[in-house]
Amino acid sequence: MNKIATRESYGNALRELGTEFENIIVLDADLSGATKTDIFKKAFPERHLNFGIAEANMISAAAGLSSVGFVPFASSFAMFLAGRGFEQIRNSIGYPKMNVKLAATHAGISVGEDGASHQCCEDIALMRSIPGMTVICPSDDIEAKAAVRAAYLHKGPIYLRFCRMPSPVINDCPDYSFQLGKGIKLTSGADITIVATGIMVPYSLEAAKELSALGISATVINIHTIKPLDEELILASAAETGKILTVEEHSIIGGLGEAVASLLGEKLPTKLRRIGVQDCFGCSGPAEKLLEKYGLCTKNIVYQALNILNE
Amino acid sequence: MTSAEKRELINFATDMRMCIIESVYSARSGHPGGSLSSADILAYLYKKELHIFPHEPRNPSRDRFVLSKGHAAPALYSALALCGFFPKGDLLKLRQMNSYLQGHPNINTVPGVDISTGSLGQGISCAVGVALGGKLSKSGFRTYALVGDGELQEGQVWEAMMSAAHYKLNNLCVIIDNNRFQIDGNISDIMNPDPITDKAAAFGLNVIEADGHDFDSLEAAFNAARRETSCPTCIVAHTIKGKGVSFMENTASWHGKAPNEEQYNAAIAELSSLRNGGSDE
Repeated sequence: MNKIATRESYGNALRELGTEFENIIVLDADLSGATKTDIFKKAFPERHLNFGIAEANMISAAAGLSSVGFVPFASSFAMFLAGRGFEQIRNSIGYPKMNVKLAATHAGISVGEDGASHQCCEDIALMRSIPGMTVICPSDDIEAKAAVRAAYLHKGPIYLRFCRMPSPVINDCPDYSFQLGKGIKLTSGADITIVATGIMVPYSLEAAKELSALGISATVINIHTIKPLDEELILASAAETGKILTVEEHSIIGGLGEAVASLLGEKLPTKLRRIGVQDCFGCSGPAEKLLEKYGLCTKNIVYQALNILNE
Repeated sequence: MTSAEKRELINFATDMRMCIIESVYSARSGHPGGSLSSADILAYLYKKELHIFPHEPRNPSRDRFVLSKGHAAPALYSALALCGFFPKGDLLKLRQMNSYLQGHPNINTVPGVDISTGSLGQGISCAVGVALGGKLSKSGFRTYALVGDGELQEGQVWEAMMSAAHYKLNNLCVIIDNNRFQIDGNISDIMNPDPITDKAAAFGLNVIEADGHDFDSLEAAFNAARRETSCPTCIVAHTIKGKGVSFMENTASWHGKAPNEEQYNAAIAELSSLRNGGSDE
């Protein structure tokens, strides 16, 4: 299966959009080789602004640029954008509803060898908490490119979450369409619903296949937009299967799992398990091995699904 | 500047100061000290320097002003109201429930506010973005940012200055309201930012010192800033915290509290005498 990192998709999408829309401007904080904004820079050097290792200034400056009609994509690693820049994002961009796109690469544990200081598993929680912020975590190359375009066309602040690790392309079907705030039902089953986001979606599809071999039919829902959450789709599926398993490469605190738990708790109490980073820091190692270590893998999705079913 | 022009500026600044006291008194909270210290700078900007359109506040060719020290909102609101951006009477709704005049400036609710501010250190960075946008879109507008001297303790201010110099933003003018006080005391006792002029110069800005209460001095500084072609300008304006209300002058305790009725009456009486003194000319 073809694999590509969603950060690469981000860079490629920027270059495509740059040709179409003259008011796109890309900001980076000395990581353009890693965030892949250098792809845009090669095509449009005059519209790529490096702010050096100073994320706070970059984020607030993005707000200023948007006030004069540019659509800035401010880029860094998730840790330094959502993490270090939280208060700048909240006050310079969120509160005044500036039309700024925050593009974070190197999200989650799959950053790999750089270790815990660079593995941001808290960004979804931080960004979800800002009123009016749209939070998108695409599942593959095709969805990531579609998300960047949708982010440009949407008026208002958006947080985009990309990964470093190459991941399988799963959305290469002719009828694929990306709609902000709309989840995608990838498989239909009667026994359990797996609600996944980002690079956990391909693992969830694999798990559904393995469950099917055991005679269990699983619905897999891809939630690319974590906020606003597609409540209707999740509630409908919860009503059908009565069992929900959420899967995300993020802390179980404040992410997709907690968003789904809040929804179900208030509107349709349903048996629920959350797969995610269990309130701990990561460590150095190869990305795939780390995902396994923290239970973000096909094997654990199957295991937890069976657990719920056997309860 | 003719003496009539100067008298007009003094009257405008005095009216601003009365509006500041009235709105903070009406709100029963707010920041009079740093609003009064910056009143003359804002008076000069809004009467002489800024190219603005009070009846068309979003006109794209307007000069931009960013109040990085957002807690001086009463000063900005007073200047905007006196210029006709919104009714002067609304100033009494400062900080009230459902008022568009929020405790700190909001770009979406207040006509004439170009950037939301309030969290120190961020406004100057926003202004860098605005000025960069002006350059990239080849617009001729200029961008001004008023920064507090206590605010210089925020590291982000220096990130902003570094980037303004790096991108050669000669269309950006940063003004530092150097009133020497912050909420906890004298700036040199709390966390000394001195020498401010040397530091700003070392970061690549064209530094000009001015008397922030003397309109000739401010005029010379802003004119020199306009002549600068290679880098951003930083005007270090020496001011007096609480300027114009004698019992508020040079005290940290008037940074963020409202006067009581007696203090309000005394302040208005003192400012009225200045205003009346002017109208005799």
